[in-house]
Amino acid sequence: MKFAVLVFPGSNCDIDCYKAVQETLGEPVDYVWHTATDLSDYDCIIVPGGFSYGDYLRCGAISQFAPVMNEVAKAAEQGKYVLGICNGFQILTEAGLLPGALRRNESIKFRCHDTTLKVVNYKTPFTKDYAEGEEIVIPIAHGEGNYYCDEETLASLKANNQIVFTYTDNPNGSVADIAGISNERGNVVGMMPHPERAVNTLLGSEDGKRMFSSILKTWRDTHGTASVR
Amino acid sequence: MLKATVYVTIKKSVLDPQGVAVQGALHSVGFQEVESLRIGKYIELTLDTNDREEAGKRLKAMCEKLLANTVIEDYRYELEA
Repeated sequence: MKFAVLVFPGSNCDIDCYKAVQETLGEPVDYVWHTATDLSDYDCIIVPGGFSYGDYLRCGAISQFAPVMNEVAKAAEQGKYVLGICNGFQILTEAGLLPGALRRNESIKFRCHDTTLKVVNYKTPFTKDYAEGEEIVIPIAHGEGNYYCDEETLASLKANNQIVFTYTDNPNGSVADIAGISNERGNVVGMMPHPERAVNTLLGSEDGKRMFSSILKTWRDTHGTASVR
Repeated sequence: MLKATVYVTIKKSVLDPQGVAVQGALHSVGFQEVESLRIGKYIELTLDTNDREEAGKRLKAMCEKLLANTVIEDYRYELEA
């Protein structure tokens, strides 16, 4: 299984994502620059955190038009796995691959600490190694992680089981305590917390590890033994 | 040549934490009469055209596509020669 970690000018969690894949899965992973126009080699695309294009105008607003984002949309359409973390989540909402938007934290503070998440949907390709309702510890680091969607969108998120994670102690004011959501099909997930910063007990938690192992497991399940290297 | 100004504000139905904080700051320095305060963006553009109608259409497209996130923001614009 091959992973791509996108790199925008201003990405700063790309190295963490790269290492999380390399060290927890040992699968091939490449950095892919934002001007790339071909992602056909990759099975999973990670849109990392950071401050793409300096967060000018709005977080993720400019990145949505980076050439690579057309390829991300194609990959999502093809059913490949796309994971947006923090700024990556903001980019995916701006690009219209996920519903809603991220606003300034209600407290106006940049929040950087561990949070406890509840795994609401353990059936996505990204959460299969968790149990339903399981509580996991994953850090956040954001100033604009306050998820917003209107009531109609929220109702459809609930009806389609698209809420993947919620906070047990909402740190930013997000609607319905939402920490992460998926698209309807479940192959695109965006979340504000950083699972790549929770892959080793040395980092304080290894609860993020199972997101990466879930992706690999799902990929192996759907690609059969022929793809086992 | 036309000059355009675009104003982008957080929708009335959406909380504007920055506005709330600044309102609180005004209250704390004695401006109790401030009932509400919202912070937005002001964008100036110069357009290489004299066709106001066409410019208006293009501006609307710019706002919808990039300048405003219509999930959470409203926008309006003014055009002058």
